Amino acid sequence: MKLEYDASKPIYEQIIDKIKKMLVRGELEPGDKLPSQRKMAKKAEVNPNTIQRAYREMENMDLVETKRGLGTFIKEDDKIINDISEEMAKKTVEKFINEMKSLSFDEKEVLQIVEEKLNKN
Amino acid sequence: MEITKNNVVELKNIRKKYSGVEALKGINVDIPAGKITGLIGPNGSGKSTMLKIIAGLTQATGGKLEVFGKKLDYNLKDQIAFLPEINHFYDWMTIAEIINFTNTQFSNFDSEKASDITDFMNLNSEMKIKNLSKGMVGRVKLILAMSRNVPLIIMDEPLAGIDPKSRAQILESLINEYNAKTQSIILSTHEVLEAEKFFDYAIFLENGKIKLEGNADDLRKEKNKSIQDISKEVFI
Repeated sequence: MKLEYDASKPIYEQIIDKIKKMLVRGELEPGDKLPSQRKMAKKAEVNPNTIQRAYREMENMDLVETKRGLGTFIKEDDKIINDISEEMAKKTVEKFINEMKSLSFDEKEVLQIVEEKLNKN
Repeated sequence: MEITKNNVVELKNIRKKYSGVEALKGINVDIPAGKITGLIGPNGSGKSTMLKIIAGLTQATGGKLEVFGKKLDYNLKDQIAFLPEINHFYDWMTIAEIINFTNTQFSNFDSEKASDITDFMNLNSEMKIKNLSKGMVGRVKLILAMSRNVPLIIMDEPLAGIDPKSRAQILESLINEYNAKTQSIILSTHEVLEAEKFFDYAIFLENGKIKLEGNADDLRKEKNKSIQDISKEVFI
């Protein structure tokens, strides 16, 4: 999991986002075991404390669970993936809308362009 | 030795005067245990002085210093590895000789680790110091510091004046060898760009005073900026 980091954003959040993306794309599945924190730190080329924080946050988000002596696993709950897909879709659209607004397109125009593009595809 | 205290170092109103010049003007800071702390500041900001005081290599003119929750004394100094900014080696010695010599000086030196890191760094241990580039000397210094099994490692400008390839190798082996369960690292640098992703905690020092400090990721989140850009904002 080599990452190109955006140094202006928290690194632990970028690691969580990467894992979420892997889940949505099916590269990771519920029940899968995540690499140990030490291994992950080496792979991602970051400080092991940053990985620890990412894992801890994902536990708080109910995305993963740590089983004592066994490691950290993606929770076996398909709803999680749906929630993440939805969340990521919303974020992408939000970003798009803000960008279009900054270019001074109004709602109607935005909708029109999206519809045109979708029909073309 | 597992870490039990929250802070590895606590400085309270630490001052240092050199022949009338105030290098440190009352430093108050707690350095978290089990973390990598970046001490960031321009040349002449007091970084070296602060690190030397923590390592017990020079005395503060005033204030209170605690390391591992205690007043610094001779026994504790053995628990601190210090990587100096200058090239402090005899230039007729080979890398292997320096490693062996260092091994005789410290009971907590791990020769096996030293030879592993030497291999990782692509260094030929039969080379003499006088034939090494600045980047290679920088790598040797890192080998010696990271091969000590100690709870606190202090590095004074380990990246300064070093070629990009050596800088990358130094940072990579630092992070490979670092044990977050038992060790704390304090590293000073004025080159933030490459090092910042390894910092847990950042302290910005200028003119002998602390300008800003905090968890690196929290600072990024709060300011929407990289540590590098925050340093540009802090040091005007």
